[in-house]
Amino acid sequence: MTTPTYTDFYTLLPYLILTVWACVLLLVDLFIPVGRKGITAFLAALGIAVTLGFSITQIGAESVGFSSMVALDGFSTFANILLLSSGLFGIALAYGYTQRFNMVRGEYYILLLFSVSGMMLMAQANDLIIVFLALELLSIPLYVLSAISRKLTSEESGVKYFLLGAFASGFVVYGTALIFGATGSTNLAAIFAQAAAGVTSGLLLTIGAALLLVGFGFKVAAAPFHMWTPDVYQGAPTSVTAFMAAGAKIAGFVALFRVFATAFPSLAPELTTILWALSAVTMILGNLTAISQTNIKRMLAYSAIAHAGYILMAFVPYGNAKVAPTAIAAGLFYLVAYAVSNFGSWGVVIALEKAEGKGLEIEDYAGLAKKYPALAAAMTVFMLSLIGFPPTLGMVGKFYLFRSALAGGFPGLALIGLVTSLLSAYYYLRVVVNMYMKEGDPEIEREPWLALTTGFTAIATVVVSFVPQFLFMLAYTAVMR
Amino acid sequence: MVPLSWYLTLAAALFSIGLFGVLVRRNAVAILLGVELMLNAVNINLVAFWRYSDALTSMGGQVFAIIVFAVAAAEVSVGLALVISAYRRRNTVIADELDMLKW
Repeated sequence: MTTPTYTDFYTLLPYLILTVWACVLLLVDLFIPVGRKGITAFLAALGIAVTLGFSITQIGAESVGFSSMVALDGFSTFANILLLSSGLFGIALAYGYTQRFNMVRGEYYILLLFSVSGMMLMAQANDLIIVFLALELLSIPLYVLSAISRKLTSEESGVKYFLLGAFASGFVVYGTALIFGATGSTNLAAIFAQAAAGVTSGLLLTIGAALLLVGFGFKVAAAPFHMWTPDVYQGAPTSVTAFMAAGAKIAGFVALFRVFATAFPSLAPELTTILWALSAVTMILGNLTAISQTNIKRMLAYSAIAHAGYILMAFVPYGNAKVAPTAIAAGLFYLVAYAVSNFGSWGVVIALEKAEGKGLEIEDYAGLAKKYPALAAAMTVFMLSLIGFPPTLGMVGKFYLFRSALAGGFPGLALIGLVTSLLSAYYYLRVVVNMYMKEGDPEIEREPWLALTTGFTAIATVVVSFVPQFLFMLAYTAVMR
Repeated sequence: MVPLSWYLTLAAALFSIGLFGVLVRRNAVAILLGVELMLNAVNINLVAFWRYSDALTSMGGQVFAIIVFAVAAAEVSVGLALVISAYRRRNTVIADELDMLKW
């Protein structure tokens, strides 16, 4: 037994700060009177901001800690910054929403902090045991958050999310056990070394990796493991949906990238075909099903499934050492683009939502442009970004993704991506048509934090798309480190 | 000594029974039981792999099994709370009757 050193703690410090802060806040919250839970929200946001500041100082730092169970590198720091920013947006969207729908509870923000800390641990995990622990740490608070509004639909979505999530983690941990059996280790680098040296049972290793893929497929909502997504996204409180759509997806993909690129490059010949099929099926199914939706939350849920397919595209050539760094950087770039448009569009949904689940049909957006032109313009930007139409971040992200698919030698996949993007224009533009060309009298809620979030994400979506090289280089250096 | 493959077969059978339970049972509590069976199959696997590996001195497999116990307990406590809160409002734990959202 070795005593932990300074390096061990430095490696894991962002996670440690946030976890300790969340535990302390759990106690502090007891002394905050019921009417003033805004203080808890502020303290939670402060905790994330402090951690974010610290994470930024870690750019460029590289180390492993705790017997190389966790790693700190450019990739994890990039993911940490992205996840912490998602946490901030999640709190900003929740602040007004929880007050408006009578679900002001201090636990909300604390559970959100725990979930973010699980996501960060996932980004830093260098061992399959940590991957499993982090997966549970990020999921369990999300199960509770989905059910937190105590409405019948919200409770139902919590139960469904829990049952399918627990089912999926069963697959992850069974896969991990088989990999442990095949290689005698759960450390990612050791698994790679064992696999390269030739393991006694290659079959066991392949089945293990495939089971991991199934488990993560559930988490990132890739078809055919996406059945829970529409129900959970629709039933959960909208502010929770916004947070989990971005956060859980980022964490799931970051773990997929790290685990497969570090531990299983030797399995690439077998897995590439499976990944190709997963990506294609997810894009086609997500976009086709989204067309027939009338509820905006459900439509955005199917859109989230479709985007999981696009991001999976970055992952298909992971075994090809020449293309993989660019492809994974494209994946990270797209995760940023998706997270930004995602928070913005859910923010607009929150602005129009009324009690009893009213105001969530796409027809309810009719006439928005005449009454609230700024909000309608922001929503248009997000819809265009999700389609991949210039001048938005989504368009640049898709360009990088398709380019890396072509470079990896998968023109068919790029073509499917292009065609499904064109198809998706139909249902995204339907929202825009409703806002600009139909008559209606929508009412919105004015909340400063909500307005700030939507405004900021809308401007970022457009502005960053003019200087994408900067963000892409950040992602690329993060992967190369 | 019993060969390793027997343990692996037992674990695979247990995992499959759990999987079957999750897929066909309609009671939410029974689905939860199925998930627990799946996780316990993993524990059998982990301990068997550890016992038959060359590295008996490293406690990896056993420690992982204990972590799986702990995590499963945490998960079940949250899950049962969710199921109970749904039961109080609707008087049912049948998954098919949780149908306000279309599946």
